[in-house]
Amino acid sequence: MSPEPMGDLTAAGGHGAVPTEGVPTSTPAPPAAGDRREWPLFEVFVRSRRGLSHTHVGSLHAPDAAMALRNARDVYTRRQEGVSLWVVPAAAITASSPDEKDAFFDPAADKIYRHPTFYDIPEGVEHL
Amino acid sequence: MSEVGERAASAASRLITAGELSDPTVGYVLALADDALVAAQRVGEWIAAAPQLEEDVALANIGLDLLGQGRSLLGYAGSLMEPPRSEDDLAYWRDERAFRNVQLVERPWGEGDRDFAVAMARLLVLATYLHELWTALRTSADQTLAAVAAKAVKEVDYHLDHARMWVLRLGDGTDESHRRMQAALAGEWRYVEELFDTTHIAPALVDAGVAVDPMSFRDAFDRRVTTVLREATLDVPEVTPAVTGGRRGVHTPSMGYLLAEMQHLARSHPGATW
Repeated sequence: MSPEPMGDLTAAGGHGAVPTEGVPTSTPAPPAAGDRREWPLFEVFVRSRRGLSHTHVGSLHAPDAAMALRNARDVYTRRQEGVSLWVVPAAAITASSPDEKDAFFDPAADKIYRHPTFYDIPEGVEHL
Repeated sequence: MSEVGERAASAASRLITAGELSDPTVGYVLALADDALVAAQRVGEWIAAAPQLEEDVALANIGLDLLGQGRSLLGYAGSLMEPPRSEDDLAYWRDERAFRNVQLVERPWGEGDRDFAVAMARLLVLATYLHELWTALRTSADQTLAAVAAKAVKEVDYHLDHARMWVLRLGDGTDESHRRMQAALAGEWRYVEELFDTTHIAPALVDAGVAVDPMSFRDAFDRRVTTVLREATLDVPEVTPAVTGGRRGVHTPSMGYLLAEMQHLARSHPGATW
Protein backbone atom coordinates (compact mmCIF):
# COMPACT_ATOMS: atom_id res chain seq x y z
CA MET A 1 0.00 0.00 0.00
CA SER A 2 2.80 2.42 0.78
CA PRO A 3 4.59 3.84 -2.21
CA GLU A 4 7.54 1.73 -3.24
CA PRO A 5 10.75 3.63 -3.81
CA MET A 6 10.80 4.59 -7.45
CA GLY A 7 11.83 7.87 -8.93
CA ASP A 8 11.67 11.21 -7.11
CA LEU A 9 8.89 12.26 -4.77
CA THR A 10 7.63 15.77 -5.24
CA ALA A 11 4.91 16.15 -2.62
CA ALA A 12 6.14 17.05 0.87
CA GLY A 13 6.54 13.56 2.24
CA GLY A 14 4.03 11.59 4.21
CA HIS A 15 1.25 9.37 2.99
CA GLY A 16 0.37 10.20 -0.56
CA ALA A 17 3.75 11.52 -1.66
CA VAL A 18 3.64 11.46 -5.41
CA PRO A 19 6.40 9.86 -7.44
CA THR A 20 7.13 11.70 -10.66
CA GLU A 21 9.10 8.99 -12.42
CA GLY A 22 8.86 5.31 -12.96
CA VAL A 23 5.13 5.13 -12.42
CA PRO A 24 3.43 3.40 -15.31
CA THR A 25 0.24 5.14 -16.42
CA SER A 26 -3.18 3.74 -17.21
CA THR A 27 -2.22 0.95 -19.58
CA PRO A 28 0.92 -0.62 -18.18
CA ALA A 29 2.82 -3.34 -19.99
CA PRO A 30 2.15 -6.75 -18.44
CA PRO A 31 4.47 -7.16 -15.45
CA ALA A 32 7.39 -9.52 -15.73
CA ALA A 33 6.95 -12.76 -13.79
CA GLY A 34 7.53 -12.21 -10.09
CA ASP A 35 7.98 -8.47 -10.37
CA ARG A 36 5.21 -6.85 -8.35
CA ARG A 37 6.57 -3.33 -8.40
CA GLU A 38 5.42 -2.84 -11.97
CA TRP A 39 1.87 -2.32 -10.77
CA PRO A 40 1.01 1.36 -10.88
CA LEU A 41 0.14 3.36 -7.78
CA PHE A 42 -3.34 4.79 -7.30
CA GLU A 43 -4.44 7.44 -4.83
CA VAL A 44 -7.74 6.71 -3.10
CA PHE A 45 -10.44 9.25 -2.19
CA VAL A 46 -13.50 8.44 -0.08
CA ARG A 47 -16.70 10.41 0.37
CA SER A 48 -17.85 9.52 3.84
CA ARG A 49 -21.42 10.68 3.39
CA ARG A 50 -23.57 12.70 1.07
CA GLY A 51 -22.84 16.40 1.13
CA LEU A 52 -19.16 16.09 2.05
CA SER A 53 -16.38 16.06 -0.50
CA HIS A 54 -14.13 13.15 -1.35
CA THR A 55 -11.13 13.04 0.98
CA HIS A 56 -7.76 11.49 0.31
CA VAL A 57 -7.36 8.39 2.51
CA GLY A 58 -4.26 6.68 1.13
CA SER A 59 -2.91 4.80 -1.83
CA LEU A 60 -2.56 1.31 -3.22
CA HIS A 61 -1.14 -0.71 -6.09
CA ALA A 62 -3.35 -2.35 -8.69
CA PRO A 63 -2.91 -3.65 -12.23
CA ASP A 64 -5.50 -1.19 -13.58
CA ALA A 65 -8.15 1.31 -12.53
CA ALA A 66 -11.02 -1.20 -12.33
CA MET A 67 -9.05 -3.42 -9.96
CA ALA A 68 -7.85 -0.38 -8.03
CA LEU A 69 -11.45 0.61 -7.34
CA ARG A 70 -12.21 -2.85 -6.00
CA ASN A 71 -9.04 -2.98 -3.93
CA ALA A 72 -9.93 0.42 -2.52
CA ARG A 73 -13.36 -0.88 -1.54
CA ASP A 74 -11.75 -3.75 0.37
CA VAL A 75 -8.89 -1.83 1.93
CA TYR A 76 -10.50 1.52 2.77
CA THR A 77 -14.27 1.05 3.15
CA ARG A 78 -14.62 -2.24 5.00
CA ARG A 79 -15.89 -0.48 8.12
CA GLN A 80 -18.56 1.54 6.33
CA GLU A 81 -16.29 4.54 5.89
CA GLY A 82 -17.86 5.68 2.67
CA VAL A 83 -20.63 5.96 0.13
CA SER A 84 -18.46 6.83 -2.87
CA LEU A 85 -14.92 6.07 -4.01
CA TRP A 86 -12.49 7.66 -6.46
CA VAL A 87 -9.18 6.22 -7.54
CA VAL A 88 -6.72 8.38 -9.43
CA PRO A 89 -3.44 7.23 -11.01
CA ALA A 90 -0.75 8.80 -8.83
CA ALA A 91 1.11 9.70 -12.01
CA ALA A 92 -1.79 11.94 -13.03
CA ILE A 93 -1.31 14.21 -10.03
CA THR A 94 0.93 17.25 -10.37
CA ALA A 95 2.18 18.20 -6.93
CA SER A 96 3.94 21.22 -5.51
CA SER A 97 7.59 20.64 -4.69
CA PRO A 98 9.19 20.98 -1.25
CA ASP A 99 11.77 23.29 -2.91
CA GLU A 100 9.04 25.73 -3.79
CA LYS A 101 7.46 25.65 -0.34
CA ASP A 102 8.63 29.13 0.72
CA ALA A 103 7.60 30.82 -2.50
CA PHE A 104 4.28 29.01 -2.60
CA PHE A 105 3.05 29.23 0.95
CA ASP A 106 4.99 31.74 3.09
CA PRO A 107 3.59 34.91 1.43
CA ALA A 108 0.16 34.03 2.87
CA ALA A 109 1.48 33.93 6.41
CA ASP A 110 1.18 37.68 7.25
CA LYS A 111 -2.07 38.45 5.47
CA ILE A 112 -4.46 37.84 8.29
CA TYR A 113 -7.10 40.00 6.59
CA ARG A 114 -7.71 37.07 4.27
CA HIS A 115 -9.21 35.12 7.17
CA PRO A 116 -12.88 35.70 7.91
CA THR A 117 -12.08 36.25 11.60
CA PHE A 118 -13.42 39.82 11.47
CA TYR A 119 -16.95 38.70 10.75
CA ASP A 120 -19.56 37.27 13.07
CA ILE A 121 -20.60 33.84 11.93
CA PRO A 122 -24.36 33.37 12.09
CA GLU A 123 -25.53 30.64 14.41
CA GLY A 124 -26.08 27.25 12.82
CA VAL A 125 -23.55 27.67 10.03
CA GLU A 126 -21.19 24.70 10.02
CA HIS A 127 -18.08 23.83 8.04
CA LEU A 128 -17.16 27.51 7.47
CA MET B 1 -9.73 -40.54 36.19
CA SER B 2 -6.67 -38.69 34.95
CA GLU B 3 -7.05 -35.24 33.49
CA VAL B 4 -6.32 -36.59 30.02
CA GLY B 5 -8.87 -39.36 30.50
CA GLU B 6 -11.50 -36.92 31.69
CA ARG B 7 -10.89 -34.70 28.71
CA ALA B 8 -11.21 -37.61 26.32
CA ALA B 9 -14.46 -38.72 27.95
CA SER B 10 -15.85 -35.19 27.91
CA ALA B 11 -14.87 -34.80 24.25
CA ALA B 12 -16.51 -38.08 23.29
CA SER B 13 -19.76 -37.07 25.00
CA ARG B 14 -19.81 -33.73 23.16
CA LEU B 15 -19.23 -35.16 19.71
CA ILE B 16 -22.19 -34.83 17.36
CA THR B 17 -22.43 -37.88 15.13
CA ALA B 18 -23.88 -38.08 11.63
CA GLY B 19 -26.78 -40.09 13.06
CA GLU B 20 -28.02 -37.05 14.99
CA LEU B 21 -28.31 -35.04 11.79
CA SER B 22 -30.91 -37.16 10.05
CA ASP B 23 -33.74 -34.59 10.08
CA PRO B 24 -34.22 -33.47 6.45
CA THR B 25 -34.29 -29.73 7.22
CA VAL B 26 -31.28 -29.96 9.54
CA GLY B 27 -29.43 -31.92 6.85
CA TYR B 28 -30.28 -29.38 4.16
CA VAL B 29 -29.31 -26.34 6.23
CA LEU B 30 -26.09 -28.04 7.33
CA ALA B 31 -25.07 -28.71 3.73
CA LEU B 32 -25.48 -24.98 3.01
CA ALA B 33 -23.66 -24.09 6.22
CA ASP B 34 -20.75 -26.46 5.72
CA ASP B 35 -20.11 -25.24 2.16
CA ALA B 36 -19.73 -21.71 3.54
CA LEU B 37 -17.77 -22.66 6.68
CA VAL B 38 -15.24 -24.91 4.97
CA ALA B 39 -14.81 -22.51 2.04
CA ALA B 40 -14.14 -19.72 4.56
CA GLN B 41 -11.53 -21.83 6.37
CA ARG B 42 -9.67 -22.51 3.12
CA VAL B 43 -9.92 -18.93 1.85
CA GLY B 44 -8.41 -17.77 5.14
CA GLU B 45 -5.17 -19.51 4.18
CA TRP B 46 -4.56 -16.72 1.66
CA ILE B 47 -4.26 -14.06 4.34
CA ALA B 48 -0.63 -12.88 4.26
CA ALA B 49 0.01 -15.28 1.36
CA ALA B 50 -1.74 -13.59 -1.60
CA PRO B 51 0.26 -12.03 -4.44
CA GLN B 52 -0.43 -8.52 -3.11
CA LEU B 53 -1.33 -6.99 0.24
CA GLU B 54 -4.49 -5.62 -1.38
CA GLU B 55 -5.46 -9.17 -2.37
CA ASP B 56 -4.83 -10.41 1.18
CA VAL B 57 -7.46 -7.95 2.36
CA ALA B 58 -9.88 -8.77 -0.47
CA LEU B 59 -9.69 -12.50 0.21
CA ALA B 60 -9.96 -11.94 3.96
CA ASN B 61 -13.18 -9.99 3.33
CA ILE B 62 -14.53 -12.76 1.12
CA GLY B 63 -13.62 -15.40 3.71
CA LEU B 64 -15.30 -13.41 6.46
CA ASP B 65 -18.47 -13.01 4.38
CA LEU B 66 -18.58 -16.78 3.90
CA LEU B 67 -17.86 -17.36 7.59
CA GLY B 68 -20.76 -15.07 8.48
CA GLN B 69 -23.09 -17.04 6.20
CA GLY B 70 -21.84 -20.30 7.72
CA ARG B 71 -22.35 -19.05 11.27
CA SER B 72 -25.94 -17.93 10.65
CA LEU B 73 -26.78 -21.26 9.04
CA LEU B 74 -25.03 -23.41 11.67
CA GLY B 75 -26.86 -21.54 14.42
CA TYR B 76 -30.15 -22.10 12.61
CA ALA B 77 -29.47 -25.82 12.02
CA GLY B 78 -28.54 -26.19 15.70
CA SER B 79 -31.77 -24.51 16.80
CA LEU B 80 -33.75 -27.11 14.84
CA MET B 81 -32.04 -29.99 16.64
CA GLU B 82 -33.33 -31.80 19.72
CA PRO B 83 -31.70 -30.99 22.09
CA PRO B 84 -30.68 -27.65 20.49
CA ARG B 85 -27.00 -27.21 19.64
CA SER B 86 -24.94 -24.05 19.26
CA GLU B 87 -23.05 -22.96 16.14
CA ASP B 88 -19.80 -23.76 17.99
CA ASP B 89 -21.05 -27.28 18.86
CA LEU B 90 -21.69 -27.90 15.18
CA ALA B 91 -18.46 -26.31 13.92
CA TYR B 92 -16.06 -27.83 16.44
CA TRP B 93 -17.68 -31.03 17.67
CA ARG B 94 -18.38 -32.92 14.50
CA ASP B 95 -15.91 -35.25 12.86
CA GLU B 96 -15.26 -35.49 9.14
CA ARG B 97 -18.06 -37.94 8.39
CA ALA B 98 -20.67 -35.56 9.84
CA PHE B 99 -19.67 -32.66 7.55
CA ARG B 100 -21.91 -32.22 4.50
CA ASN B 101 -19.90 -29.78 2.36
CA VAL B 102 -19.01 -30.39 -1.27
CA GLN B 103 -15.44 -31.46 -1.99
CA LEU B 104 -14.94 -28.38 -4.19
CA VAL B 105 -14.44 -26.17 -1.16
CA GLU B 106 -12.30 -28.44 1.04
CA ARG B 107 -9.42 -29.19 -1.33
CA PRO B 108 -6.06 -27.40 -0.97
CA TRP B 109 -5.13 -24.57 -3.33
CA GLY B 110 -3.23 -26.71 -5.81
CA GLU B 111 -0.63 -29.40 -5.35
CA GLY B 112 2.40 -28.14 -3.47
CA ASP B 113 2.48 -24.35 -3.46
CA ARG B 114 -0.73 -22.36 -3.25
CA ASP B 115 -1.84 -21.38 -6.74
CA PHE B 116 -3.69 -18.08 -7.08
CA ALA B 117 -5.23 -19.23 -10.37
CA VAL B 118 -6.82 -22.16 -8.50
CA ALA B 119 -8.23 -19.74 -5.95
CA MET B 120 -9.82 -17.57 -8.65
CA ALA B 121 -11.13 -20.56 -10.66
CA ARG B 122 -12.75 -21.99 -7.54
CA LEU B 123 -14.14 -18.65 -6.44
CA LEU B 124 -15.68 -18.14 -9.89
CA VAL B 125 -17.41 -21.53 -9.72
CA LEU B 126 -18.48 -21.19 -6.08
CA ALA B 127 -19.67 -17.58 -6.29
CA THR B 128 -21.62 -18.22 -9.49
CA TYR B 129 -23.31 -21.21 -7.86
CA LEU B 130 -24.01 -19.32 -4.63
CA HIS B 131 -25.32 -16.30 -6.55
CA GLU B 132 -27.97 -18.48 -8.23
CA LEU B 133 -28.68 -20.43 -5.04
CA TRP B 134 -29.14 -17.43 -2.76
CA THR B 135 -31.16 -15.59 -5.39
CA ALA B 136 -33.58 -18.53 -5.48
CA LEU B 137 -33.62 -18.98 -1.69
CA ARG B 138 -34.65 -15.36 -1.12
CA THR B 139 -38.22 -16.53 -1.69
CA SER B 140 -37.89 -19.69 0.44
CA ALA B 141 -40.94 -20.57 2.52
CA ASP B 142 -38.50 -20.80 5.44
CA GLN B 143 -38.25 -17.25 6.82
CA THR B 144 -34.77 -17.72 8.29
CA LEU B 145 -33.32 -19.13 5.08
CA ALA B 146 -34.95 -16.32 3.12
CA ALA B 147 -33.39 -13.72 5.45
CA VAL B 148 -29.91 -15.27 5.24
CA ALA B 149 -30.27 -15.45 1.45
CA ALA B 150 -31.26 -11.79 1.13
CA LYS B 151 -28.06 -10.71 2.90
CA ALA B 152 -25.80 -13.33 1.34
CA VAL B 153 -26.73 -12.61 -2.26
CA LYS B 154 -25.18 -9.13 -2.07
CA GLU B 155 -22.01 -10.57 -0.59
CA VAL B 156 -21.56 -13.31 -3.18
CA ASP B 157 -22.28 -10.84 -5.98
CA TYR B 158 -19.12 -9.05 -4.94
CA HIS B 159 -17.19 -12.34 -4.70
CA LEU B 160 -18.33 -13.14 -8.22
CA ASP B 161 -17.23 -9.75 -9.46
CA HIS B 162 -13.81 -10.20 -7.84
CA ALA B 163 -13.32 -13.67 -9.34
CA ARG B 164 -14.52 -12.47 -12.75
CA MET B 165 -12.09 -9.53 -12.74
CA TRP B 166 -9.14 -11.83 -12.08
CA VAL B 167 -10.20 -14.64 -14.41
CA LEU B 168 -10.53 -12.07 -17.24
CA ARG B 169 -7.09 -10.65 -16.54
CA LEU B 170 -5.32 -13.96 -16.07
CA GLY B 171 -7.13 -15.74 -18.90
CA ASP B 172 -6.62 -12.89 -21.35
CA GLY B 173 -3.20 -11.90 -19.98
CA THR B 174 0.16 -13.42 -20.83
CA ASP B 175 0.72 -16.88 -22.32
CA GLU B 176 1.84 -18.07 -18.90
CA SER B 177 -1.17 -16.66 -17.02
CA HIS B 178 -3.54 -18.07 -19.66
CA ARG B 179 -1.97 -21.52 -19.39
CA ARG B 180 -2.13 -21.56 -15.60
CA MET B 181 -5.69 -20.21 -15.48
CA GLN B 182 -6.83 -22.87 -17.93
CA ALA B 183 -5.08 -25.61 -15.94
CA ALA B 184 -6.59 -24.38 -12.67
CA LEU B 185 -10.03 -24.32 -14.24
CA ALA B 186 -9.67 -27.94 -15.40
CA GLY B 187 -8.80 -29.02 -11.85
CA GLU B 188 -11.78 -27.27 -10.29
CA TRP B 189 -14.21 -28.24 -13.03
CA ARG B 190 -14.13 -31.90 -11.97
CA TYR B 191 -15.97 -30.86 -8.80
CA VAL B 192 -18.73 -28.81 -10.45
CA GLU B 193 -21.11 -31.77 -10.85
CA GLU B 194 -21.26 -32.33 -7.10
CA LEU B 195 -22.76 -28.87 -6.60
CA PHE B 196 -25.78 -30.08 -8.54
CA ASP B 197 -26.13 -33.40 -6.72
CA THR B 198 -29.63 -33.42 -5.26
CA THR B 199 -29.60 -36.75 -3.44
CA HIS B 200 -29.27 -35.08 -0.01
CA ILE B 201 -32.29 -32.83 -0.52
CA ALA B 202 -35.62 -34.38 0.54
CA PRO B 203 -38.14 -33.85 -2.31
CA ALA B 204 -40.73 -32.82 0.29
CA LEU B 205 -38.55 -29.81 1.22
CA VAL B 206 -38.44 -28.68 -2.39
CA ASP B 207 -42.21 -29.22 -2.77
CA ALA B 208 -42.80 -27.16 0.37
CA GLY B 209 -40.76 -24.29 -1.07
CA VAL B 210 -38.18 -24.51 1.73
CA ALA B 211 -35.29 -25.92 -0.30
CA VAL B 212 -34.19 -25.13 -3.85
CA ASP B 213 -33.36 -27.87 -6.31
CA PRO B 214 -29.96 -26.76 -7.68
CA MET B 215 -30.78 -28.35 -11.04
CA SER B 216 -33.37 -25.58 -11.44
CA PHE B 217 -30.53 -23.11 -12.01
CA ARG B 218 -28.03 -25.36 -13.76
CA ASP B 219 -28.60 -23.63 -17.11
CA ALA B 220 -28.19 -20.19 -15.58
CA PHE B 221 -24.97 -21.31 -13.89
CA ASP B 222 -23.55 -22.71 -17.14
CA ARG B 223 -24.49 -19.57 -19.09
CA ARG B 224 -22.96 -17.22 -16.56
CA VAL B 225 -19.68 -19.10 -16.20
CA THR B 226 -19.38 -19.72 -19.94
CA THR B 227 -19.80 -16.01 -20.65
CA VAL B 228 -16.92 -15.14 -18.33
CA LEU B 229 -14.68 -17.88 -19.72
CA ARG B 230 -15.34 -16.85 -23.30
CA GLU B 231 -14.55 -13.25 -22.55
CA ALA B 232 -11.36 -14.42 -20.85
CA THR B 233 -10.41 -16.45 -23.97
CA LEU B 234 -10.58 -19.64 -21.89
CA ASP B 235 -12.17 -22.93 -22.91
CA VAL B 236 -14.88 -24.60 -20.88
CA PRO B 237 -12.99 -27.66 -19.60
CA GLU B 238 -14.05 -31.08 -20.77
CA VAL B 239 -13.11 -33.32 -17.88
CA THR B 240 -14.46 -36.42 -16.21
CA PRO B 241 -16.30 -35.45 -13.02
CA ALA B 242 -14.55 -36.55 -9.84
CA VAL B 243 -16.06 -39.33 -7.77
CA THR B 244 -17.37 -37.36 -4.82
CA GLY B 245 -19.54 -37.84 -1.77
CA GLY B 246 -19.24 -34.74 0.36
CA ARG B 247 -23.00 -34.53 0.94
CA ARG B 248 -22.85 -38.04 2.48
CA GLY B 249 -19.82 -37.20 4.63
CA VAL B 250 -17.26 -38.76 2.29
CA HIS B 251 -14.37 -36.34 1.94
CA THR B 252 -10.91 -36.02 0.39
CA PRO B 253 -7.80 -36.72 2.50
CA SER B 254 -7.22 -32.97 2.89
CA MET B 255 -10.46 -32.52 4.86
CA GLY B 256 -9.05 -34.14 8.01
CA TYR B 257 -6.13 -31.71 8.10
CA LEU B 258 -8.42 -28.74 7.54
CA LEU B 259 -10.69 -29.80 10.41
CA ALA B 260 -7.73 -30.53 12.69
CA GLU B 261 -6.52 -26.96 12.26
CA MET B 262 -10.01 -25.47 12.60
CA GLN B 263 -11.08 -27.55 15.62
CA HIS B 264 -7.85 -28.04 17.53
CA LEU B 265 -8.14 -25.06 19.86
CA ALA B 266 -11.81 -25.52 20.71
CA ARG B 267 -11.33 -29.20 21.45
CA SER B 268 -8.17 -28.71 23.53
CA HIS B 269 -9.91 -26.12 25.70
CA PRO B 270 -13.62 -26.99 25.67
CA GLY B 271 -15.83 -24.05 26.53
CA ALA B 272 -12.95 -21.57 26.50
CA THR B 273 -13.91 -17.98 25.73
CA TRP B 274 -11.88 -14.85 25.09
